[in-house]
Amino acid sequence: MIKAILIFNNHGKPRLIRFYQYFAEDMQQQIIRETFHLVSKRDDNVCNFLEGGSLIGGSDYKLIYRHYATLYFVFCVDSSESELGILDLIQVFVETLDKCFENVCELDLIFHMDKVHYILQEVVMGGMVLETNMNEIVAQVELQNRMEKSEFVFISRM
Amino acid sequence: MKEIMVRAIYCEMLGYEASFSYIHAIKLAQQGSVLEKRVGYLAVSLFLHESHDLLLLLVNTVLKDLQSTNLIEVCMALTVVSQIFPKDMIPAVLPLVEDKLTHSKEIIRRKAVLALYKFYLIAPNQVQHIHDKFRKALCDKDPGVMTASLHIYLKLIKESPESYKDLTDSFVTILKQVVGGKLPVDFNYHSVPAPWLQMQLLRILALLGKEDQRTSEMMYEVLDESLRRAEINHNITYAILYECLKTIYTIHPKSELLEKAAKCIGKFVLSPKINLKYLGLKALTYVVQQDPNLALQHQMTIIECLDHSDPIIKRETLELLYRITNGQNVSVIVEKMLDFLRLSKDEYTTIDLVGKVAELAEKYPFPYNSWFIQTMNAIFSIGGDVMQPDIPNNFLRLLAEGFDSDEEDRQLRLLAVDSYLSLLECDTSGLPQRFLQVISWVLGEFSFLKEGLEPADVVERLGKLLDDDAITTETRCWVLAAMSKLCGSSDALCKAEKVAHKYTSCLDTALRQQAVELELLGRDVDLRTRVLPQHGFCVWLQVDSSLSFLDGFVSDALARGAAPYKPPHQRQEELSQEKILNFEPYGLSLPVSLSACSLTDRQSPTALSLSSSLSNLLKLEGVKRVWGKQGYLPEKQATEEALAQEPSSIFAPSHQQACSESQQTTFSTIVEQDQEKRQLASSLFVGLGSQNLGKPEASSSQRFRRKVRPEDPSDVNRSLAVSSSFSHSSSALDVLLDNAIPDPTNLSDSTSEAVPAVGNTEVVEASEVSSLSGGSGPLAQPSSQVERGLESDLPSRLPATLVGLLRSDVEELCSGESLSLSACKVFDADALVLAIFLSNISDSSIQEVSCLISSEQLKVPEMCSTFSVLSFYLNVVVSLYRLVMEAPGTQAIVRGSVSCASQATQSFSLTLSLVDFIRPLPLTTEEYGKMWLSFSHDVKQNLMLLKHEEEDQLEAALTALKEKLCLHIVDVIGAEGIMACQLVSGRPCLLHCHTHGGMLAIWLRSPIADLPDCLLYHCQKAIQER
Repeated sequence: MIKAILIFNNHGKPRLIRFYQYFAEDMQQQIIRETFHLVSKRDDNVCNFLEGGSLIGGSDYKLIYRHYATLYFVFCVDSSESELGILDLIQVFVETLDKCFENVCELDLIFHMDKVHYILQEVVMGGMVLETNMNEIVAQVELQNRMEKSEFVFISRM
Repeated sequence: MKEIMVRAIYCEMLGYEASFSYIHAIKLAQQGSVLEKRVGYLAVSLFLHESHDLLLLLVNTVLKDLQSTNLIEVCMALTVVSQIFPKDMIPAVLPLVEDKLTHSKEIIRRKAVLALYKFYLIAPNQVQHIHDKFRKALCDKDPGVMTASLHIYLKLIKESPESYKDLTDSFVTILKQVVGGKLPVDFNYHSVPAPWLQMQLLRILALLGKEDQRTSEMMYEVLDESLRRAEINHNITYAILYECLKTIYTIHPKSELLEKAAKCIGKFVLSPKINLKYLGLKALTYVVQQDPNLALQHQMTIIECLDHSDPIIKRETLELLYRITNGQNVSVIVEKMLDFLRLSKDEYTTIDLVGKVAELAEKYPFPYNSWFIQTMNAIFSIGGDVMQPDIPNNFLRLLAEGFDSDEEDRQLRLLAVDSYLSLLECDTSGLPQRFLQVISWVLGEFSFLKEGLEPADVVERLGKLLDDDAITTETRCWVLAAMSKLCGSSDALCKAEKVAHKYTSCLDTALRQQAVELELLGRDVDLRTRVLPQHGFCVWLQVDSSLSFLDGFVSDALARGAAPYKPPHQRQEELSQEKILNFEPYGLSLPVSLSACSLTDRQSPTALSLSSSLSNLLKLEGVKRVWGKQGYLPEKQATEEALAQEPSSIFAPSHQQACSESQQTTFSTIVEQDQEKRQLASSLFVGLGSQNLGKPEASSSQRFRRKVRPEDPSDVNRSLAVSSSFSHSSSALDVLLDNAIPDPTNLSDSTSEAVPAVGNTEVVEASEVSSLSGGSGPLAQPSSQVERGLESDLPSRLPATLVGLLRSDVEELCSGESLSLSACKVFDADALVLAIFLSNISDSSIQEVSCLISSEQLKVPEMCSTFSVLSFYLNVVVSLYRLVMEAPGTQAIVRGSVSCASQATQSFSLTLSLVDFIRPLPLTTEEYGKMWLSFSHDVKQNLMLLKHEEEDQLEAALTALKEKLCLHIVDVIGAEGIMACQLVSGRPCLLHCHTHGGMLAIWLRSPIADLPDCLLYHCQKAIQER
């Protein structure tokens, strides 16, 4: 199961956080800080997995991350997830963002954070991987957007 | 509003409190247009958590949206339900989510499946009835829905692999289709068909095939296929390969597959990509216990990884080394680990590794005692104050309790004292507190062993420790305690008193107490000689752990009107009872049809305990390895031996060669480095092959086997316990069987030679029986008839005391070449008697048959019934076991095995339901009333009555319950009925049934915690099956 998904930039500023297990507000912030601390000091040429640490759920916990330009995408998962599988899931997620925002950058995440959440909701639901097919995810998100727009037009006409 | 909400989310993300907006988020989700609703739901799922109070306000909205015709609304509702709904709200939405499983859109079905999975994780009891719907989801025509359902199956199979073996075939077929590219092209990812689905399936197969040859055989083909198909071109194929490897090594082994898998591991380990190298190391770690030779093949790579720049890789390598540790390489490996520890700063890694080093140091016979002390010292100074507290505790216990020989004990202690004294002479400010505590304890206990050492000296050195300001009060206590142990001589005493005096007015109570005690000791000479005998450190004191000396005090307090003590969990339960959420409609005006299945469930303790006990069970099974120490196949052993000689033959010559070269020519530095590595390799992997090591736990003799102390019950030998309980339980059976008159049977065999029963008392020898009845029974029936009649005939072999009782049908447990086993349950008043019939179905006689049963959930008389001879065809013996359920559970599994001299052990398992242990409890209404009030654990639930056309629903329901569950109907008053029953161990459970509007409300109460919950499950089943 995926316990949390964290996206933060090179300075440790959170850009998107989504926890699938409850933590108190200050605990969440601490997790973000410590995760950033762990991840940021690693070179780009070392492996993308981090094990150990007792932040979330004791020892059954590993971090799988990818670094894109200014952003770190970190997935905290338990032992039931495959490392490489999650690594590619991050890739899928980022590619999907790229497709939806057309050349996604950090600013997109800041100004459209609700949209990012909707996309994430189509990929991961309640900690479980829901969909891994990029086209399918994009189609779902677009369908929602379309329906909303039509309703919006309908309301504004009234 | 929508924009504001998004901003509030942003604020929360940055860590600023925005709780004022929570209620607005809920409002937005309730009232807004779809656009706003979406933001509202998103905000709610981010802001709120399972136990937030505001969540209650959301229930109605979610219910409404679940029934909406708008696809998006339903999606949103399902998402929110799966993300934040707590246990007690699940009943409200469960029927609606269930309906969604048959929705026409696949995305809805898929989300519904995942939501149900989430429910299953939170409250497994509540979704028990929809397991067959999961099966339908597995067969869904859309692969997406099928994928989602695999989550559930992975979980279910992890909990009880036995019950899903029948699905193996389907999983294999699905995987075959996926691997074969039968899925639509949409599902391809980098031209690999549905990789995530493949991984999931492989994992399920691993669980199913574990320790099960027959199931494993079904998957060999498809595993081979996936290994072949995964051509190396992308990360994701490696991900599949990795899962494949794990599966191959988990299931029953097949040599061809193992060979291929070993090659694949090589690909991982040798890969230049660091991620793959990491996984390769992980795979090696996983595999090396079964096949140590693989590590030998890759030893140079492992050595390289040990010097890798990435600490994570290093750590993984050490983990691998830890697995291959044996008596010969332990010192090298421990040294490597300590090297790593000195450089590492990560706290978690330190804790973990320190624990491992300590374990290794204690477990393996090491070259010198001093090595052990040095290693432990290194651990204490590196691990410092973050390590697990049981490491120093274990160390001290080892020192205190000693090992097998007294001389070595003395030597070890002396070494410890020596090393600590020299440590104290140096600067002590850098040492961690825990280490100082260990030092002071050891010096306090054992410094007398060192001859010529004045206690006063030690006291002085310890006293110096106290001068340091950085020392915590806890350590000060340890130091003072050590000092008071050293107060044997007046010299030391006076020094110690001086120090202690400083602390007699200290604010910390523990420290102060220690100091005052020391002063008192100083004043009273008699006391001192009594408390501190010379050299008397190992006297074990009897401690009254039940605190019985306080009984008087307790009864006094009770007499004065104090409340009786309640254990914390009971107190908590009583508190939580006041906070039950009512989901029943107050009137019929509620728009939603809650009545479909409204379970007013509180926390059900069994849900937790059940799952935990299940996982326990799993863990135990996991202990057994597919690969024994000797490997599976005989030829395997041969190759292993051949390989075992290899390392020495490879390394020894090259070593010598290099040495001679060095004498003759000036060798280049590169050669030297290489040489170093090779040397390291040979020291690390020494003894790996030759010792044929299986698991590190089992590989070498434990040096530090603790002495068995009679006071310590955990140390008592298990075989002892078994034998003592044997005599105990058999005496109980003696009573039962003494007056067991053999029942005449119509099976008589003219060839019977009346072998005298040499078995135990609990055996009814069938041959005796038949010889007794030989005259009256029909003579020499044809054997085919006998065979047919065997099943129905078996019950008649029960002893007479059990004949009149209710019993179940005889069911066959297992049958081998010569033995056939059947069982029958007899419902005695105070126990469930399990009768196991062993019949000889071969022509020859069977010697020394013994039968052993055990169960984790039941109290089983631990005995092994042995029958000397089962002499002839269709000779039957009966073995009886009286089972009592102590802690209630919905079911209990009894495992057993039968062995005899000539053939392999046959094992069997039998599942008993709680119902088997339930007996009616005859009560009057008055007694019932009294008992009802006195019981503290209760559970209440509404069950649906299916048959509306029935005249008297209550009557019908009660009869059904009575028949299925053996309950006693106490009384029926109007629309209410009361019933009573008891567990065979004598503990009652009361039921109260009430019908209203087609619903049956059941309310159970009992003095023990889990009984109502478990019984409720069976009531539910009984009503449904009706």
